[in-house]
Amino acid sequence: MNLYSALFYLLSLVILASTALAITRRNLVHAVVYLVLSFFGSALLFYLLGAPLLAALEVIIYAGAIMILFLFIVMMLNVERLEERFFPARQWVPAAVLGLLLAVVGLLAVSTQPGGDRLLKTAVAAPSAFGSYVFQRHWLSVEIVSLLLLIALAGVLFLGRDNDKGVSEEDR
Amino acid sequence: MNPDERHYRKLKPVPPQRFRTISEIGEALNALGQGFVTTFRHLFRKPITEEYPEYKRTLPERSRARIVLTRDPDGNERCVACYLCSAACPVSCISMQSAEDDNGRRYARWFRINFGRCIYCGLCEEACPTSAIQLTPQFEHVKREILSMVYEKEDLLVDHSGKDKTYNFYRWAGIRTGDRDKGEHEREDKPVNVRSNMP
Amino acid sequence: MIAWIAGFAVLLVKIGLVLGVLLFLAAYLVWAERKLLGRLQIRYGPNRAGIFGLLQPIADAIKMMTKEDIVPEAADRTIFLLAPAVVAVTAMLMAAVVPFGPTITLWGRQVPMVVTDLNVGLLFVFAMSSLGVYGVALGGWASNSKFALLGGIRGAAQMISYELALGLSIVPVVMLAGSLSLVDIVDAQASYPFILVQPVAFVIFVVSAMAESKRIPFDLPEAENELGAGYHTEYSGMRFGMFFIGEYVHMQVLGALIAVFFLGGWRGPLLPGPLWLLIKIIVVALVMIWVRGTLPRLRYDQLMALGWKVLIPAALANIVITGAVVLL
Repeated sequence: MNLYSALFYLLSLVILASTALAITRRNLVHAVVYLVLSFFGSALLFYLLGAPLLAALEVIIYAGAIMILFLFIVMMLNVERLEERFFPARQWVPAAVLGLLLAVVGLLAVSTQPGGDRLLKTAVAAPSAFGSYVFQRHWLSVEIVSLLLLIALAGVLFLGRDNDKGVSEEDR
Repeated sequence: MNPDERHYRKLKPVPPQRFRTISEIGEALNALGQGFVTTFRHLFRKPITEEYPEYKRTLPERSRARIVLTRDPDGNERCVACYLCSAACPVSCISMQSAEDDNGRRYARWFRINFGRCIYCGLCEEACPTSAIQLTPQFEHVKREILSMVYEKEDLLVDHSGKDKTYNFYRWAGIRTGDRDKGEHEREDKPVNVRSNMP
Repeated sequence: MIAWIAGFAVLLVKIGLVLGVLLFLAAYLVWAERKLLGRLQIRYGPNRAGIFGLLQPIADAIKMMTKEDIVPEAADRTIFLLAPAVVAVTAMLMAAVVPFGPTITLWGRQVPMVVTDLNVGLLFVFAMSSLGVYGVALGGWASNSKFALLGGIRGAAQMISYELALGLSIVPVVMLAGSLSLVDIVDAQASYPFILVQPVAFVIFVVSAMAESKRIPFDLPEAENELGAGYHTEYSGMRFGMFFIGEYVHMQVLGALIAVFFLGGWRGPLLPGPLWLLIKIIVVALVMIWVRGTLPRLRYDQLMALGWKVLIPAALANIVITGAVVLL
């Protein structure tokens, strides 16, 4: 166990712990903070595995932009604190069953060791190499994703149109 | 929809100001530039600050600061201990004990102002019928010890008549106080003998 | 092993140097700001502590450290205590990738004059800057006060809006330099600084940088006359000081970034590299102070309109034009 694997397990521990804390917090802002910590940990993990670009993007997009929007909405909505209660059975039973199934499958997959004994070579993906790889090998999927985002943008524009006219008619 | 909500939804956002022509953009940029030029010129002007401990500006005579008890032009205490200042004081910082001397002249046996509470509003001065209590422009009136802010009569009493140089209550009051008899006061007629005043 | 220890020692020295300069400059930037702002408004500014008020930062530091550290009873204690540190730390971390001189040879070893030369340095800066928003938003929320909350919300909205413009305005520079590393970007400006070919990007970057560091005319999160002190209303003592340090370090780092992206970084004639970078940072800071002394605060809708309707489209158009020119 060298320094890198020690760091790996440490980071994994931090990520798992903060994620667990994030999904169990009643206070939404605390949950957001733990989730940010979790994203930050995954970014460090990416960096450790030799993908600095992904690490930076993870922090900028997930921790920086998306979670800030979450926090923003939590702050704006002023959600009243829920009293301590358990979710109704029809919500948690299917979730628990599916989670258990996933855990079993994961454990099986790890125990059968598909290539688990092979050591990966350390490699660092430079931003330019990463860029050329994505845009040369997988240009189609990149374009499809960007088209999807464009559609989302158009949808937001459509939904957010100035529908003042309808409101004023309703008022009259 | 409750009425408040309707009110909010009726409010339209202020339409953003749009530049219609190139000349308007030019005007805006020019205005912006003028602002920067103005502040830059200020850099080379002498500051207009009056630096306080080195330079003390003389305050107007009627500025309200430290309270004193003045004397009339004859050198006697003006205060007649009528308690009006004490009653007018919004923070109740004035207290006194009235007394009367052998001539029937009222005075304050002790007179105390707690400057720790005083707000220098000047209501005591307005209430005073004899111009005894007056506010002065001496504002440097700060102490480290709060109890030393309590001023007794001997601390308050000064040797001049303050802003009102001429007024002397007992010359006008029509009260017999030793030096003047009935009818000898300012603008006072001689007493009339009511028995002789027959038609 | 010895080489490793030597490398580590050099790294520590560099970190110490950068942090020392940053914090010293932050303290004296406050002094310079108060002094210059005073003169811009025909006042003297601080002139009591020492000659020209030069000891003022020390007096302020002593005052802040000895003041009571108050945590409001209704505040969310942990987050309240954490928020100022987030602001200060992210601002200081940004300085780690800023190169401050050419590579020098020390005892037969190449020592680059930068704390760490990341190949994604530029993205690292933006990552730290986007994490810095949390300090403002969480500080405002955790105070449990309406003014602080409003300040925090405004801060979050403003910073994520302008971060977009900030990032987009830099894309043409990256295209010209062909790298995300700040060292390479400075090296690409060996012959001429990028301000000559990218004036539009420069203007967009400077405006967004001012909005990002929450300075007048973009100081809506603090807006003294409507929100008390905005997101740090409830803070006192050194925790308030941390917000203050964070703001001024942020200002310097953004000055350094403006220098690195557009003014040629540490490059300049005659004087040594670090000095040139310092001069450029100070000039940018002085201009920011001049702007503060001149312009009034924007209204909130004006702020958002400027960011989303002017700066971002302009930055996008700039990217397209630069891309076309580079391709041809």
